[in-house]
Amino acid sequence: MENTIGNYDHKAEYTTLNLGPTHPATHGIFQNILTMDGEIIVDTEQTCGYIHRAFEKIAEHRPFYQVTPLTDRLNYCSSPINNMGWHMTVEKLLGVETPKRVDYMRVVIMELARISDHLVCNSVIGVDVGALTGFTYVFQWRERIYDIFEEICGARLTTNIGRIGGLERDFSPSVIQKIRAFVNEFPAALREFTNLLERNRIFMDRTIGAGPINTERALHYGFTGPNLRATGLDYDVRAMNPYSSYQDFDFIIPVGINGDTYDRFMVRQQEMWESLKIITSAIENLPAGKFFAEVPEFYLPPKQEVYNNMEALIWHFKIVMGEADVPVGEVYHAVEGGNGELGFYLVSDGGRAAYRLHFRRPCFIYYQGFPEMIKGSTLSDAIVTMSSMNVIAGELDA
Amino acid sequence: MSEINNAYLLKELNEQFSDAIVSAEEPYGMLTIVLHKNQIVPCVQYLKDHAQLKMQFLTDLCGVHFPDQKGNELGVVYHFHSFINNLRLRIKCFMSADDPKIDSISEIFGAANWQERETFDFYGIEFIGHPNLKRILNVDEMDYFPMRKEYPLEDQTRTDKDDTYFGR
Repeated sequence: MENTIGNYDHKAEYTTLNLGPTHPATHGIFQNILTMDGEIIVDTEQTCGYIHRAFEKIAEHRPFYQVTPLTDRLNYCSSPINNMGWHMTVEKLLGVETPKRVDYMRVVIMELARISDHLVCNSVIGVDVGALTGFTYVFQWRERIYDIFEEICGARLTTNIGRIGGLERDFSPSVIQKIRAFVNEFPAALREFTNLLERNRIFMDRTIGAGPINTERALHYGFTGPNLRATGLDYDVRAMNPYSSYQDFDFIIPVGINGDTYDRFMVRQQEMWESLKIITSAIENLPAGKFFAEVPEFYLPPKQEVYNNMEALIWHFKIVMGEADVPVGEVYHAVEGGNGELGFYLVSDGGRAAYRLHFRRPCFIYYQGFPEMIKGSTLSDAIVTMSSMNVIAGELDA
Repeated sequence: MSEINNAYLLKELNEQFSDAIVSAEEPYGMLTIVLHKNQIVPCVQYLKDHAQLKMQFLTDLCGVHFPDQKGNELGVVYHFHSFINNLRLRIKCFMSADDPKIDSISEIFGAANWQERETFDFYGIEFIGHPNLKRILNVDEMDYFPMRKEYPLEDQTRTDKDDTYFGR
């Protein structure tokens, strides 16, 4: 009698399941080794580093301008935010004051990037619960945002947008017209997308209560961005440490209550409306003035001048080769990226490249909380939890 | 109650950890202290539990390497943030490259878990008391710590590339 139950090895009955590294539902290259008891997840271990590209090491050997394309490839769903965050970090180190026009133009670009980031994330949550329609529908609006980026800087996904001290060129009339058209036409599409999912019974059943986390645990794991705000804490870098004149704009910070997948979805939905508000306000009140700061040592001169003017040519050469002097010092600058606080810790020894550059990648830090959020839930909940956390492989692995 | 700013923060820290604070400065408005590495755990715990300061968020943790600082070559840089006071603090702990060991703060802040693994992965700094200290981004078989300054960006022994036309 004593040997029937006592020696029974429960662990032997568990199944090990590899979710990833190349599973279509993980939306990126990362692996989860799940220990399953039937359909229930008992334990999980994450592996990352599949697309580690040693950006921090490369950045120690490249002049500042050559770091911008590296930042593109962190969170590639909202590259302009990363680019501008990096440029602002260098400006902080150099003590450059940017004109108001630059700040407003940057705000417009960053908020457009935020909308495109949130659109991808939210529509992918829909895909993972079986609603493909919303995804295919809003992707043409992301395309419209990429058209605007293309008009501004020539690139779409990995934008490499802007310069240290400003932007490479002013908004052309066609850019302004495209942004206005987007701001006018997008709300109807977003409303339709909202109607499709927000009060959809199936969607609600699948997402409410999936992957919940409370504020205390979220802070413990270093959550930032929409994932933290979904738990009810209104921490937003744009409001707490305003950069690029965000203090001039009136916007609210949406928060959730339960910190589950549905709340994360709703926070992102509301943030898109707020972003639209900010863009409208910035484009209507765009101050006159220059689109760059007076820092000839770092702001690449316009090509027309480089070809025709000796001084501009010299500056161009010195900037590209990284010959300009930089102050010695260390600086931390954070921006509100698409999925959280994107920080740059830059140590400069006065040389042509950064002595040390560390990226505070929000998803690398908050992805640690994932096992706690999915333990005891089913595999299908784990899938929607992961997509609602907006884990981007490029940012995870740097 | 006095205003909570960098001066107040430094005063509070000086009262508790005056022996352990090596230096303090304020580059670009962020209070930066160099702390003796033995005191990191009590100091972080103190900052977290402090009734006014409430440094309850670990923003960032990373390593640095200064080969010329003999005896203090390797460092760990912590960034803390107090949401209530909107105050940030940077703590740096340095240690010798011969014996790079420091206590882990992953018990206090779960966010430190992977960041300490990352620091170990790139700088070889051993975090005592860490639950699962192994490489995170690099391959497990790697036998060196690539972010240390003695390792060049590219393997200098490579023979399959001819770079003479690029001047390197």
